[in-house]
Amino acid sequence: MNSTIDARGLSCPQPVILTMGKIREQGNGVIEILVDTDTSRENVSRAARSKGWEVDRIEPDGAGYRIVIRKE
Amino acid sequence: MRMNNVLATRWGVVGVGAVIGVLAALLQKLGNPGNMGICVACFERDIAGALGLHRADVVQYLRPEIPGFVLGAFLAALLFREFKPRAGSAPIVRFILGAFAMIGALVFLGCPWRAMLRLAGGDLNAVLGIAGLVFGVWVGTLFLKGGYTLGRAQTTSKAAGVIMPLMALGFLLLMFIYPQIQGEGISGVLFYSTKGPGSMHAPLLVSLAIGLVVGGIAQQSRFCTMGALRDLILFGQTHLLGGVIALVLFAFLANFAFGQFSPGFIGQPVAHSMHFWNFAGMALAGLAFSLAGGCPGRQLFLSGEGDGDAAVFVIGMVSGAAFAHNFGLASSPSGIGPLGAAAVGTGLVVCLFIGWSMKAKGA
Repeated sequence: MNSTIDARGLSCPQPVILTMGKIREQGNGVIEILVDTDTSRENVSRAARSKGWEVDRIEPDGAGYRIVIRKE
Repeated sequence: MRMNNVLATRWGVVGVGAVIGVLAALLQKLGNPGNMGICVACFERDIAGALGLHRADVVQYLRPEIPGFVLGAFLAALLFREFKPRAGSAPIVRFILGAFAMIGALVFLGCPWRAMLRLAGGDLNAVLGIAGLVFGVWVGTLFLKGGYTLGRAQTTSKAAGVIMPLMALGFLLLMFIYPQIQGEGISGVLFYSTKGPGSMHAPLLVSLAIGLVVGGIAQQSRFCTMGALRDLILFGQTHLLGGVIALVLFAFLANFAFGQFSPGFIGQPVAHSMHFWNFAGMALAGLAFSLAGGCPGRQLFLSGEGDGDAAVFVIGMVSGAAFAHNFGLASSPSGIGPLGAAAVGTGLVVCLFIGWSMKAKGA
């Protein structure tokens, strides 16, 4: 199952709250998260790893980043 | 995209906390007030005084550390391509949160950084303040779990992003145009305390240099005292907490080395022992920081990297300091101000209303 979270423009800690919520809801698969700051990029990646998800890739996306995390 | 930001690793944050702790103790050694090597709330209050926004003549000095923080963060953000002008996430709410955060902090007499530094200097009253801070942040996390949000910021123009760094630069220029005159309470448009905490300060260039360094490393490490507590409560994460613990530990060691450690409740510098109000003041501040997404230091660093909403919070804090000293809300070593209790009560009601009512549409 794949899903996308748009966390652009949201301040700390909402990008992480949204990511954690989706991780809980989905259990495994692929989640794509859009963020607009380096802090959010780091925080979301760290939160995903702490839940046993792999950070598959991080790509520049407009003024921000597209983070793709996955768990088999 | 830079993936190897050493300062944002677990040990990077710890290192930054340690450096801030030592530099704060050093600033105190070089002239800043007791257990106030660095205090974002107190220093913004002193800046409000220097500009004449309040006329409490013991707390007027344009603390160069604060513009140093903003400019240090700005330069680091430029250097590492993290300068991203953005704004528009409920600015009026952020202004009010900043004002009440400051009022709460001035009832306790310190921001979270100073609460940690007071503890590291042996001021046991800080324990009540830190307990209040934890409580306030915890209440904030309940709102966050319930869908609280101030909404999205939008990308804005570079000109909007450089407003705060330019203001910081302007304040520094004022200090050079109107330098302190020994024994005089006024120099051009700036007020200077001749007695009290505002008269105690490290040499200008030392304060500025340390401010720039701290601004740069704190921006890169995302150091945040409120975030440290919030992430622990909300996610069980200790990433930022390591930095705060290092700050306390290294400030304690440096204080000990400089002969600045003196344990107890009574007679502590710029502090009072009204335990309930130390707790309640910081509970209000903690809730406001939590709802605004960062401690006062972090808001300065964010404003330096182009975050206009953080800048509005900072201006709210400076305004809150003016309210606090013009209307008898701020505490002094003899205890809380005549209207301090009423202000804390009002602030809690306002912050609870904001926390309860600001939700994403459909949440």
